[in-house]
Amino acid sequence: MDNLDKLEAKSVYILREAYREFKNLCMLWSIGKDSTVLLWLTRKAFFGHVPIPLVHIDTHYKIPAMIEYRDRLALEWRLNMIYGENAEALAAKETFPDGRVDRLTCCWNLKSEALKRTLSGEWPRYRLNLDLQRYQEDNNREPYTGVIAGVRADEEGSRSKERYFSPRDRENEWDVGDQPPELWNQFKTDFAPGTHVRIHPLLDWTELNIWEYIKREDIPVVPLYFDQGDGRRYRSLGCWPCTKPIASGARNVAEIIRELSSGQLANIAERSGREQDKEDSGGLETLRRGGYM
Amino acid sequence: MLPRGQMNIVVLGHVDHGKSTVIGRLLADTHSLPEGKLEQVKATCERNARPFEYAFLLDALKDEQAQGITIDTARCFFKTALRDYIIIDAPGHLEFLKNMVTGAARAEAALLVIDAQEGIAENSRRHGYLAAMLGITRIVVLINKIDLIGYDGGVFGRIKQEYAAFLNGVGIVPVGFVPVSAREGDNIATNSAHTPWYQGLTVLEHLDAFEKTAGNEHNPFRFPLQDIYKFTADNDDRRIFAGTVETGSIKTGEGIIFLPSGKKSRIKSIEGFHTSGGSVIEAGYATGFTLSEEVYVRPGEIICKGGEELPHVSSRLRVHIFWMGRSPLIKNRKYKLKLATSRSFVQLAEILNVIDASDLTRSREKQQIDRYDVAECILETTRPIAFDLVSANEATGRFVIVDHYEIAGGGIIMESIPDADSTLKDHIRRRETSWEKGDVTSSHRQSRYQHKAKFILFTGGADLKKREIARALEKSLFEENFITYYLGMENMESGLDADVTDVHEQREEHLRRLGELARILTDSGQIFITAVGDIDDYDLEILKMLNSPNEILVVNVGPDNFNNFQADLSVGEDAEVAATVNRIYDLLRRETIIPDYSI
Repeated sequence: MDNLDKLEAKSVYILREAYREFKNLCMLWSIGKDSTVLLWLTRKAFFGHVPIPLVHIDTHYKIPAMIEYRDRLALEWRLNMIYGENAEALAAKETFPDGRVDRLTCCWNLKSEALKRTLSGEWPRYRLNLDLQRYQEDNNREPYTGVIAGVRADEEGSRSKERYFSPRDRENEWDVGDQPPELWNQFKTDFAPGTHVRIHPLLDWTELNIWEYIKREDIPVVPLYFDQGDGRRYRSLGCWPCTKPIASGARNVAEIIRELSSGQLANIAERSGREQDKEDSGGLETLRRGGYM
Repeated sequence: MLPRGQMNIVVLGHVDHGKSTVIGRLLADTHSLPEGKLEQVKATCERNARPFEYAFLLDALKDEQAQGITIDTARCFFKTALRDYIIIDAPGHLEFLKNMVTGAARAEAALLVIDAQEGIAENSRRHGYLAAMLGITRIVVLINKIDLIGYDGGVFGRIKQEYAAFLNGVGIVPVGFVPVSAREGDNIATNSAHTPWYQGLTVLEHLDAFEKTAGNEHNPFRFPLQDIYKFTADNDDRRIFAGTVETGSIKTGEGIIFLPSGKKSRIKSIEGFHTSGGSVIEAGYATGFTLSEEVYVRPGEIICKGGEELPHVSSRLRVHIFWMGRSPLIKNRKYKLKLATSRSFVQLAEILNVIDASDLTRSREKQQIDRYDVAECILETTRPIAFDLVSANEATGRFVIVDHYEIAGGGIIMESIPDADSTLKDHIRRRETSWEKGDVTSSHRQSRYQHKAKFILFTGGADLKKREIARALEKSLFEENFITYYLGMENMESGLDADVTDVHEQREEHLRRLGELARILTDSGQIFITAVGDIDDYDLEILKMLNSPNEILVVNVGPDNFNNFQADLSVGEDAEVAATVNRIYDLLRRETIIPDYSI
């Protein structure tokens, strides 16, 4: 067994554990490379099937190629695809690109708040009708009690503190100082009414592992990760007003792996192109405590 | 290019002995910090007029910096020429023991830090003991702050001797002792000129010298069944037994045994997605099987291979346990036990010793196991479970206990104890001794009702059919003036069992209440009829005991879930209702429950 085999086996185990223990389970799919690897691992865990609904929070500022890719894969792999949004903030233009709020508040409105209300079922969920090939309001408004996310420990300081199964209280808040113990392969699969559990099967993966696995399994990813000829590529994907490409000539997966293992990027944070992280000294952590993934 | 090897290591030790400094130093000396991080932290220190410390590098979280202590299992990554390391920091404060344990349970090797000035402290011992319990055998002891004692080799030698003796007492032979100053960088990445008396390896050299854990593929095959999948709605007819091979290996065509149920089958195929599947699978892989002969079992059983050494099956275990729960572990209370993929209910039957992990003194007086105690005790599950001793197989020899929705304790199994006197037997003995009898005896009832009492239990896979027969039997008996009652299970669930909400607890508690109810109804002289799905040998044993001294008659309809037990009557799914009722009458007459007028 090589290292990727081991990472794969552990993630599959966690996914099956989540599927076994949580009745109202969903998986967050940001369309990025990590959650797409997670989606692929789900097909591994369930022998080609994806028996878990995928939830995407649409800020309506995503790079258009991301949405196009999302819907193409959803139709091709017959996914139970759901999206949610903060319709109020968008209508009131309470967003950074509209100039009414700063970046962090915009993230808070369009992502954290939209995620929280979509998971709880307070706000409408839109489900892709695979036959009609369009989204329709979903009748199911049951709160999700298990939420799978593609968080990795090496991405950023606050994510290194995560558990594989991490409880969130009624307000989606994360109590970093008082987390449940995890022993061997035993996780927190019991939870009090009103709370939910975030599940992180990719916690042990590094950015390089992700690309090595994408190569090994030939997983389709958004072309935005590759240099399209202008010497720039996205290393981390988000909303277009707050996400910048990095200087890189990597045109395919093999070249990204070469770039990452050469150490060229070793001293540049993966999320360095994500402007909201820089707002104060702990932008992402502040967001994460409030429920941001 | 081959992906590089990885190893998880944990840094343990008493608070303020310098764990975070060791980690900060490892990151800095292996050039594993993002560009500018070191400078940024140094600048922050200067702004706040605090001297720079390597430990600050880890304090990525704000409130940690505020409190000045590491509160959780942070993970950071560093690499040597040989491999990548995931380093898990584990807090030294006692109140964060659950974080320390979480960190250590993920580790393959440990660095245990002891302050040379302060010497061995309470958590130096506790962490060493817990590391042994958690299964970490590769431990390097770092005697830190050696600069503060003037690089004195004598002090180093004394601490080394004392601590080695302690570790040997809990069964650990440390890989080495290294005199270090994490602050100054002595013997971390490079040999220090300040310790000419030390000829051993540096910390990094020790780490790189660790062999990865030997493969588990040569041990007996253990496959804890995690789930059974059937995605019929997606046009997939495979019935797949999913899980992870913990140890050993298996090939298609080989015979398997499920434990504790004892059912047998054979591997038909090894399933996978985007992989060739193949005809053999070994330890470490998450996979799935289809079987040649279908069996009906629940997730949580261990699949083993015929002809190999099998796990123990028992409901009494001698264990070592450590407790992290806010409430103590007490007797006469049911807890959930998770062992591999099984979930069962467990009670504390007996406390043999409570061990103070900080100095290994033992107490036999304690009647409960408090937070942070380590104890040797006997646990009893409500039904037999399959397990190995931890000495034979770690993955199936350790467990956790859940209390108040949280993992409150962890433990390892030392011994399987024969089921001499279970708490259920105790309960029944007590119940029967104190049973208050009215002035109407069972023989009074028999002569008034003209029949004896009986509990008739319908089970088996044909759910609608068994209920139809059960209702028909009630009606027929009633029309012949027998005192009888049919209880629908939904009525139990929405009434008597309405307070039982936990999915796993439901079934156990449901059976217990049904058994107690059957005892009362048969005592009243009735023929009590009910239908419950999926009853297996153990379930039936529990119902029989609870219903005793009265007796059960078992009718199986459709595929049965028994292994050894033979139902009193077994009929197929297509059985004719009236004919089956007649056959049950025959049985009741033969057992003289109802009179046989033909004689």
